Amino acid sequence: MATKRTALFDAHLAAGARIVEFAGFEMPVQYQGVIEEHRRVREHVGLFDVSHMGEIEIRGPRALDAVQHLVTNDAAAIKDTQAMYAGLLYESGGFVDDLIVYRYSPERIFICVNASNKDKDYAWIKEQVGKAFTAGAEVIDRSDEFTQIAVQGPKAETLIGRLADRPVDKQAIPYYWFKDGNVIGRPAIIARTGYTGEDGFELYLANKDGRPVWDALLEKGRDLEVGPVGLGARDTLRLEMKYALYGNDIDQDHTPVEAGLSWIVAFGKSGFIGKPVLDKQKAEGVQRKLVGFEMIDRGIPRHGYPIVDASGKPIGVVTSGTQSPSLNKPIAMGYVPAGQAKVGTEHRCEVRGKPLRMRVVKTPFYKKS
Amino acid sequence: MSIPNDLRYTEEHEWARVEGTSATVGITHHAQEALGDIVFVDLPEVGRQIKKGEAIGAVESVKAVSDLFSPLSGKVVAVNTELTNLPDAVNKEPYGAGWMVKVELSAPAEVDQLLSADAYQGLLAKEAK
Repeated sequence: MATKRTALFDAHLAAGARIVEFAGFEMPVQYQGVIEEHRRVREHVGLFDVSHMGEIEIRGPRALDAVQHLVTNDAAAIKDTQAMYAGLLYESGGFVDDLIVYRYSPERIFICVNASNKDKDYAWIKEQVGKAFTAGAEVIDRSDEFTQIAVQGPKAETLIGRLADRPVDKQAIPYYWFKDGNVIGRPAIIARTGYTGEDGFELYLANKDGRPVWDALLEKGRDLEVGPVGLGARDTLRLEMKYALYGNDIDQDHTPVEAGLSWIVAFGKSGFIGKPVLDKQKAEGVQRKLVGFEMIDRGIPRHGYPIVDASGKPIGVVTSGTQSPSLNKPIAMGYVPAGQAKVGTEHRCEVRGKPLRMRVVKTPFYKKS
Repeated sequence: MSIPNDLRYTEEHEWARVEGTSATVGITHHAQEALGDIVFVDLPEVGRQIKKGEAIGAVESVKAVSDLFSPLSGKVVAVNTELTNLPDAVNKEPYGAGWMVKVELSAPAEVDQLLSADAYQGLLAKEAK
């Protein structure tokens, strides 16, 4: 299959981006350097092209019922123009995907999903909605319609405020709320959501408006030290917050309870797909838990490295790991047996054949000072 | 792209500065650029006997891990311990402060098998295609 390009591809090339293939798209992995871009988001404001993400809409009189049946979190407990993070699960309790649900109204719900899972999600949602509802909930894949720009960092509100036709302060659009508006006169969903741990927004735009808005953000944010940020820094930023990445930290073989994501499970909600397994895990406990690590010995744990006991036997696995640009030390997350998941517990990670000591720490790794 | 004429090179993007029967080893300008911000360098112990082509350490950027292969056989007589605290020296001065290992050669004739600067330049041109 040929790789796709986003509407911002030429802008990335002009900015000197290094391009990689990701989820079927040619995406910028870095521009000036991962560490510089990471710091820009923590201290100033950065722009991410996240147009590869998928957008699926559910419409009709049963749209809210359909979403309630599909996802772990409670879309009836949020108001119109509010958003929520949730899991989309198989009957086994394992993740189909993790996603953000944007509730326009009980009849219209907009969902942002991972790029690499979009086709799978769409097929799953369509199939499950078709089984549970004879009519009243139409599932539409709108992924090709949108250019999505994430504007993240402490100066994001100032920057968007300069270009939007409506107030975007925390009273007007609180964290995990969204509004329809215009940015440089072009229609946009303006959502106060993100994947960095910083304040910021995600803008959903028509493809034809993507480049003009991207250029305007760079132009009008020059004094705020705005700059483009690639997928490399997107990964280090989310990892410092212990935000899960599908395919690394969560997948079809792990449940939200195991992944420490019970907070996105509305246990009080009547049935959703996967709930019986989660109820059982909540009552009886889980075998393994996703925890955060810091190193005692020198080395960087990486995705897939085994966690071993004193005799060298594998007892778990590192799911994500990197050198934290903010903390300037290695950080990692991984699954360990539930009895060895307490903060302070020592583990060994095998790095190039050597067992290196690390310990379970409190997360998020990074906290704003 | 900097490729000094007085060095020899490997197809895995290491360089060797040969002086008599010893050699200093590091990774090339191209290698550090491809890796990006280097945050960790894992080097062999002094005294270790190493063989040409053997993985003797690793160079890690934020995103990626790359093995360091020894260009030549011999005994490790020194490693650049400065890189523990300042791994980005490899980015800034790959042929200078970013050196990694000094080797006392056990088979100096192996030097003839390494690439000249011209040949390495040709390799990069081919890889870029």
